[in-house]
Amino acid sequence: MEKTKSKDWYLSSFKAIQESLNGSASLTTNGKSATPFHDIRKQAIARFEKIDFPTTKNEDWKYTNIAPILNYNFTPVAGAEVSAADIEKFLIPNLKTSLIVLLNGNFSPKLSKIHLESNGVRIESFRNLLRIEPDFILEHFAKYAQLENGFVAFNTAFADDGAVIYVPDNTIIDNCIHILNVITAEAENILSQPRNLIVAGRNSKIKIIEGYHSISENVSLTNVVNEIIIGESAEVELYRIQNENLNSFHINRTQAEQKKGSVFTHYSVSLGGRIMRNDTNTVLDDENCTANLYGLYLTEDSQHIDNHTLIDHAKPHCQSNELYKGVLNDNSRGVFNGKVFVRKDAQKTNAYQSNKAILLSNEALVDTKPQLEIYADDVKCSHGAAIGQLDEDALFYLRTRGIGKEEARTVLIRAFANDIFETIENEALHDYLNNLVFAKLK
Amino acid sequence: MPTEVNNIEELAIKDYKYGFETDIETDTIPKGLNEDIIRTISAKKNEPEWMLEWRLKAYRHFITLKEDPRWANITFPKIDFQDIIYYAAPKQKPVLDSLDEVDPELLRTFEKLGISLQEQKRLTGVAVDAVFDSVSVTTTFKEELSKLGIIFCSMSEAIKEHPELVKKYLGSVVPYTDNYFATLNSAVFSDGSFCYIPKGVRCPMELSTYFRINTSGTGQFERTLLIADEGGYVSYLEGCTAPVRDENQLHAAVVELVALDNATIKYSTVQNWYPGDIHGKGGVYNFVTKRGACRGVNSKITWTQVETGSAITWKYPSCILQGDNSIGEFYSVAVTNNRQQADTGTKMIHLGKNTRSTIVSKGISAGRGNNSYRGLVRVHKKASNARNFTQCDSLLIGDKCGAHTFPYIEVANPTAKVEHEATTSKIGEDQLFYLRQRGISQEDAINMIVNGYCKEVFRELPMEFAVEAQKLLSISLEGSVG
Repeated sequence: MEKTKSKDWYLSSFKAIQESLNGSASLTTNGKSATPFHDIRKQAIARFEKIDFPTTKNEDWKYTNIAPILNYNFTPVAGAEVSAADIEKFLIPNLKTSLIVLLNGNFSPKLSKIHLESNGVRIESFRNLLRIEPDFILEHFAKYAQLENGFVAFNTAFADDGAVIYVPDNTIIDNCIHILNVITAEAENILSQPRNLIVAGRNSKIKIIEGYHSISENVSLTNVVNEIIIGESAEVELYRIQNENLNSFHINRTQAEQKKGSVFTHYSVSLGGRIMRNDTNTVLDDENCTANLYGLYLTEDSQHIDNHTLIDHAKPHCQSNELYKGVLNDNSRGVFNGKVFVRKDAQKTNAYQSNKAILLSNEALVDTKPQLEIYADDVKCSHGAAIGQLDEDALFYLRTRGIGKEEARTVLIRAFANDIFETIENEALHDYLNNLVFAKLK
Repeated sequence: MPTEVNNIEELAIKDYKYGFETDIETDTIPKGLNEDIIRTISAKKNEPEWMLEWRLKAYRHFITLKEDPRWANITFPKIDFQDIIYYAAPKQKPVLDSLDEVDPELLRTFEKLGISLQEQKRLTGVAVDAVFDSVSVTTTFKEELSKLGIIFCSMSEAIKEHPELVKKYLGSVVPYTDNYFATLNSAVFSDGSFCYIPKGVRCPMELSTYFRINTSGTGQFERTLLIADEGGYVSYLEGCTAPVRDENQLHAAVVELVALDNATIKYSTVQNWYPGDIHGKGGVYNFVTKRGACRGVNSKITWTQVETGSAITWKYPSCILQGDNSIGEFYSVAVTNNRQQADTGTKMIHLGKNTRSTIVSKGISAGRGNNSYRGLVRVHKKASNARNFTQCDSLLIGDKCGAHTFPYIEVANPTAKVEHEATTSKIGEDQLFYLRQRGISQEDAINMIVNGYCKEVFRELPMEFAVEAQKLLSISLEGSVG
């Protein structure tokens, strides 16, 4: 059977499910949607219809050809059944967390274990909150993640479930919140489109882990959008662990909006996926903000991992640090595009960016584009990019001490990768990430 | 501080001193672009049939292209290619035997520009090919060079006298299908310089081309081809100026360099086309394709450019490192002041083994200028042990300008070592303070700092040019300093 063109397939599935979508129980007879929420979805689908999925002709997707994703017609799957034992292996040992489990993008009340530490904190399913408190969702939904590419429009049009985290002013949450995304083994070509919303109030503090795993080796597509609003002097740490199977596709857009004096720290660890693309963007929208973006990607086989970051210095006296590292093996391909934008008024900006990659095989490929666009004069911005192989001298040094060639290489690669995690204070998390990386490097 | 800022704004406006117009009789053809125009250009130059064919092939390709490229970080209104005069030449006797026969008005022009056409300038030891509007006016030191077997002449002459070389190399580095402006150039190019360095010859003097746009409404489309045969060495300089005009003039040149085994080419440019006035009116659109091929083993090509002029600069002098152990270098200072825009950089394509490249780019933005560095370093799969070092720094003067970097790095070989560093900052307060404290005026202090900042590039320039470049830099920045 001939495959339907992806765009048409998704457009027709939008039509089919728009009635069942939550937030628009029914359409009124004159064609108007029942809720303002659904209006946003309809705008998004119109936008999607217009711009379609990106191609390599689009400068932002120059090095990432998503054609393989369009070879499949992915379908959302609701009501998956998974036991607690099945997801046990995805949990982080020795770490106290509030657990939100999303199965194929749908909130699972059965598996989630939510502890609300203090009053006013909300850790909810997106769908649930939309039903009981639509105004809260509407206040933020689609306000930050612009629909400039087809995937964001696609997610917004199909937005239905995900996690919502709200921390009130002056509240510190000690335990990490773990948003565990699992693609189940129920069907092939599962489409998961979680939509997460994180709102951190003034002076609040929060740590979030976003994990992505799959139970089977089936092909799947995860297309997730996160919108994060960080209030005045608030601190948000986000750990993103992408470890789905090597047949899966993963597209992510994380969009943060930072208020005065806030700190946003983002760790991105990309291990799984056949094609994966991260767009991590933050807008430093007031003075004295700090953004730290750290990333590590390890690729093997024919994996393709593309990390795009955009740090938008909109206001003065802000700083940003960025460090991305990659280790590429086999015939995998890595892409890094780090854009730092300093707007006209953003004087006294300090922006530092570094990108390093090691190629382990003759077939591996890396394309990197560290980009600075600066419209203010009183700034200090620098970026560095280095691509190479393991240091021969260091290797020699280790070998003179009787360490075998393979082991010496492993030591050096581990040390190279380890850098990224150095700033993680939480020991359990630090160890977990290290072990994850070591396991992949074997 | 406000007083100083005022100072800066006032200082920034200094007249373009090469803005005079020469009153000389010119032979122009009607405006417009079509096959007849191309035939006319070719006929005027008494070109052989194969050359005309090549031009027409390019033109036929050109008309299939939709529009001029807009991907660069520059903005300009649509160019009406029918509104340009594609050929303008000073009226002159058919053949010039010596400088005495050159129109004295023309000689005065070049004298004003400080070009050593005159005998007394022989001492400076620079051989010059001067291109006025579209045609090469005169070439000095020809005889002396020919004793060594070096061919240095205008492109039109080369087409007639050395067709085998031109046929072999023209379009071999920049094919006529390369890009919009290169295609246009291939169809309508009027003249340019040609140089061939034979095997094992080291060119004893600097060769130089001086370009001048004079006639109103003309575009300048020159074509330069430089070949260094095995073991050859040449250092080549290029300078450009134009009169002040309210209209935008188009300059779409193509430069091709070919370095064979063990050959070295140094190509230096001081570009000072009219940049337009403070409001961005007028100025030259400098859309240039420059590319060098290091074909042979151990060959080396060095591009050095000082870009202070032009309303818009769009050029990426590149190196294709084909031969094993070949070396490509790119040193650039680009200044944008007032409303100038520059999108410039380089491409280093590593194909051979042990190839090395160095990129040093210094961008300076002042006034409302926008300066972008756009560079590509590509290491192909077979280019083992390739090495690249890139440094691109931007200096911002004033708060209305912009500095941007778009480096592309593509590596497909694990033995490659590629490093890229970039910084953007303003002139350090403490550096300024230190100099001021020693009694150096604000402006001199800034000049000093800027010159120091550009030193890495200037020291790559031949002596006479380095001095000129430093002067140019201080003129371009005068008054923009705060």
